[in-house]
Amino acid sequence: MAEIIVVTSGKGGVGKTTTSASIASGLARRDKRVAVIDFDIGLRNLDLIMGCERRVVYDFVNVIQGDCTLKQALIKDKRLDNLYLLAASQTRDKDALTEEGVSRVLNELGADGFEYIICDSPAGIEKGAHLAMYFADQAVVVVNPEVSSVRDSDRILGLLSSKTKRAELGNGKVTEHLLLTRYNPSRVAKGEMLSVADVKEILGLDIVGVIPESPDVLAASNSGVPVIMNDESDAAIAYQDAVDRLLGEEKPMRFTEVPKRGLFARMFGG
Amino acid sequence: MGLLDLFRKQTKSAGVAKERLRIIVAQERSSRGVPDYLPLLRREILEVIHRYVNIDPETVQINVGREEGQDIFELSVSLPVKPPKPAQGARRS
Repeated sequence: MAEIIVVTSGKGGVGKTTTSASIASGLARRDKRVAVIDFDIGLRNLDLIMGCERRVVYDFVNVIQGDCTLKQALIKDKRLDNLYLLAASQTRDKDALTEEGVSRVLNELGADGFEYIICDSPAGIEKGAHLAMYFADQAVVVVNPEVSSVRDSDRILGLLSSKTKRAELGNGKVTEHLLLTRYNPSRVAKGEMLSVADVKEILGLDIVGVIPESPDVLAASNSGVPVIMNDESDAAIAYQDAVDRLLGEEKPMRFTEVPKRGLFARMFGG
Repeated sequence: MGLLDLFRKQTKSAGVAKERLRIIVAQERSSRGVPDYLPLLRREILEVIHRYVNIDPETVQINVGREEGQDIFELSVSLPVKPPKPAQGARRS
């Protein structure tokens, strides 16, 4: 059976799609066979972030409604051989996703030998978000160090522990991970931003990764290459660490402290 | 203004954020999983009890908890301590 990981947050704009694309690519780079599904029906975007928007012919809803086979709808990644994307539909009909339909697609992916299925959840707590998390074994809750995002994450954690198949069947808990994005260590040092420790304490969960705020993230989405593929970037290295931790490795957190600058840099640096 | 800023004590807004979040998250967690019908149920139970015993509505506590996969509904009512009956003899005169 495939391991199903939902990437969710409640609040919009915190980096769910960026994170889904990077985690999926990161797992594929670690030789896992990965499918990533965009659950944001009506607002397809994961295809853009992964740079395959012009190759979308069939989508998730087409598969559920039987317009095509799953194989026809899966888009193979240009860069990584064992990574596939299932795009969201652009239809406005939110009821196009059904529990039965989603379950069927996930089972078929599992039977096809996919080891990981990443479900990119839409914002909010409506049907799309519900179905994205319903079948999950693990959840990556993306949170910005900011009040509304932290509060919404707590709401989502509540739903993960009650409104998922695992919770309903009493089949063990969904494994929950927090992923902090847009982290700015120098603002934290000045007391202007919640710290990793603050968020961890408020939400009572361990943190699987801290992604520093970085211009590379926008540059990556501009060019349609998941940021994790840019090995020069701090954000990419932080995502790679997060993927390693998801795979059970222990790694110290990086980029959470203000870099110490040498005397020369302090004198002449900006 | 730039120079004055150097001397002004910086407000640590992150601390404020943390405190506000701590309170609101605790509050929202405590009401999580409570069924929607609970307020109405509480009122009707109170009405029934009130027909028999004169109670203070504030002392009635209703909790819904989860233990080993079962929802547990808990109702706690404090009955008023009855004032001691006046002695028979005292009443006469």
